[in-house]
Amino acid sequence: MADIIQVKNVSKSYWRDSIETSVLHDISLDIKEGEFMALMGPSGSGKTTLLNLISGIDKPTRGEIIINGTDISRLNESSLAKWRSNNIGFVFQFYNLIPVLTAFENVELPILLTKLSKAERKQHVETALNIVGLNDRMDHYPKQLSGGQEQRVAIARAIVTDPVILVADEPTGDLDRNSAGEILILMERLNQEFNKTILMVTHDPHAASKAHVIRHLEKGDLIQETV
Amino acid sequence: MKIPLKYILRNFMARKLTTFITIAGIALVVFVFTAVLMMAFGIQKTLVSTGSGDNVMITRKAANSEISSIIGPDIQNVIRTLPHIAKEPDGNLVISDEPVVIVNLEKQGGGVSNITVRGVSPEIDQLRPQVKIIKGRMFTWGLRELIVGDAIAKRFPGAHLGSYIKFAGGNWKIVGIFTTNGSGFDSEIWGDALQLLSAFNRGSTVSTVTLKLDNPENYDAFKKAFNSDLRLQQYEPIIEQKYFAQQSEMLSTFIRVLGIFITIIFSLGATIGATITMYSAVANRTVEIGTLRSLGFNRRSILSAFLLESLLITLAGGAIGIFLASFLQFFSISTLNFSSFSELAFSFALSPSIVVSSLVFAIIMGFVGGFLPSVRAARMNIVTALRAS
Repeated sequence: MADIIQVKNVSKSYWRDSIETSVLHDISLDIKEGEFMALMGPSGSGKTTLLNLISGIDKPTRGEIIINGTDISRLNESSLAKWRSNNIGFVFQFYNLIPVLTAFENVELPILLTKLSKAERKQHVETALNIVGLNDRMDHYPKQLSGGQEQRVAIARAIVTDPVILVADEPTGDLDRNSAGEILILMERLNQEFNKTILMVTHDPHAASKAHVIRHLEKGDLIQETV
Repeated sequence: MKIPLKYILRNFMARKLTTFITIAGIALVVFVFTAVLMMAFGIQKTLVSTGSGDNVMITRKAANSEISSIIGPDIQNVIRTLPHIAKEPDGNLVISDEPVVIVNLEKQGGGVSNITVRGVSPEIDQLRPQVKIIKGRMFTWGLRELIVGDAIAKRFPGAHLGSYIKFAGGNWKIVGIFTTNGSGFDSEIWGDALQLLSAFNRGSTVSTVTLKLDNPENYDAFKKAFNSDLRLQQYEPIIEQKYFAQQSEMLSTFIRVLGIFITIIFSLGATIGATITMYSAVANRTVEIGTLRSLGFNRRSILSAFLLESLLITLAGGAIGIFLASFLQFFSISTLNFSSFSELAFSFALSPSIVVSSLVFAIIMGFVGGFLPSVRAARMNIVTALRAS
């Protein structure tokens, strides 16, 4: 399998009151197409920052990030927004569903940016909700769903555009054991059945055990590789 | 804009209390703005409807109102020799030599106000056929009798049918109430021109001469003949309707300028209210903004969504303000017309252009109030926004 994600000598620093805080130090990382990788590490180790850089919602201070042949660190703001909508599916710890929209409407959001017709959009949304097993909840608002169901809607929203990469930041962090288990099974299925490349940030060793590869970050450095 | 309208509409409804308060503030300001424009338009409409398009009024050139105009009997006779003046079936010219004076009357509720008293000639029926006697009868020519406009009858307790008004050393009996369907004549008192001239010791010198043209299209020919007569150089003819329209300009402009100035000061408060509401909306939806941006919605979409939400709030306020102001059409008030120095009763009047102006005013408040919060939402860093969760 070819490398779909190539992180080359990436560093990330933040400035606050002219004081530089270095978060990632010269990170290099390759992820193969169809791979399921877990990023672990203590709080403040830079996991989420690395995930944000790979998903194109933040830019590195130094280095290159090449995703599927595109150096996203060189893309401008609007190109990067378009690139994200085509290539990345996001799963957040707190689901981040829009409370005033139904499950159907939340899942439909990313494909409003495409040229699909209303009928095609409906078909895509129903397919995505079917995959996560929530066809019967499509008219429910987030507050009418359980945490696990909300996360499944969020996953449906992440896969509705059929992106090559799914990034998940602590996807089970806000869920009870059973719901977390269901989400992990769903993610495994997306990886195995639909060949999605998944990069997941987690503190939970049980969640990380579902991944093919586990990488550890500590104080901004990748320290070891576990297969 | 790609963000669905239902997202904007439902958020609009989600914060009911703050949205309602902001809408109420905007509605109040738009109500005042609309009311001011309706008042100015009401004055214009009243005075424009006073004149007729086929009547010509002649005044002295230097006079800026009827009461300051003087036309002697020799000039009245010269005017009668001009061509294109309409004639009655019996051959009399349709022309009225009108003395215009101001008297004081006590208002209902206290205070004294100036009232225009107009003397008219017997040809008045032909000259101003819009005049309808609604109570009593027409005054008798040669007697000290008066008819009063219904706006005066309603507002002045001493101007009722059958009562007497004292001026020019005599008592004048009110024998009729007339209406001209809301024109400025409704705020006047009319009597026999010869009786008024005699009472005020004016000889035969009147204020204005008003005549009907045989054909409105002959105005230019009439004016040419008028201007070519050297004896009439100190006088000028003007279409009656245009004369009264000019008389409305000063008062309506004053009301409009003063009213808009006050409303703009009010609008600053309402705009700040809209800004606070939208800043609060942005603050409450920081994570949503981060999520939408991460899903691929660009800054412009976010800016448009929040700006549209602000515009919807102010448009709703604007629509409510206009709706409430529209009820003012059922009210009529009176004020001193600066041009004639006398009482003028008028109704608030709404027009499509006032509705459009008020909505544009609301939109401007929405745009100004929503712009900075919308820019803030659009410029928000995605990572920072997502961390707000």
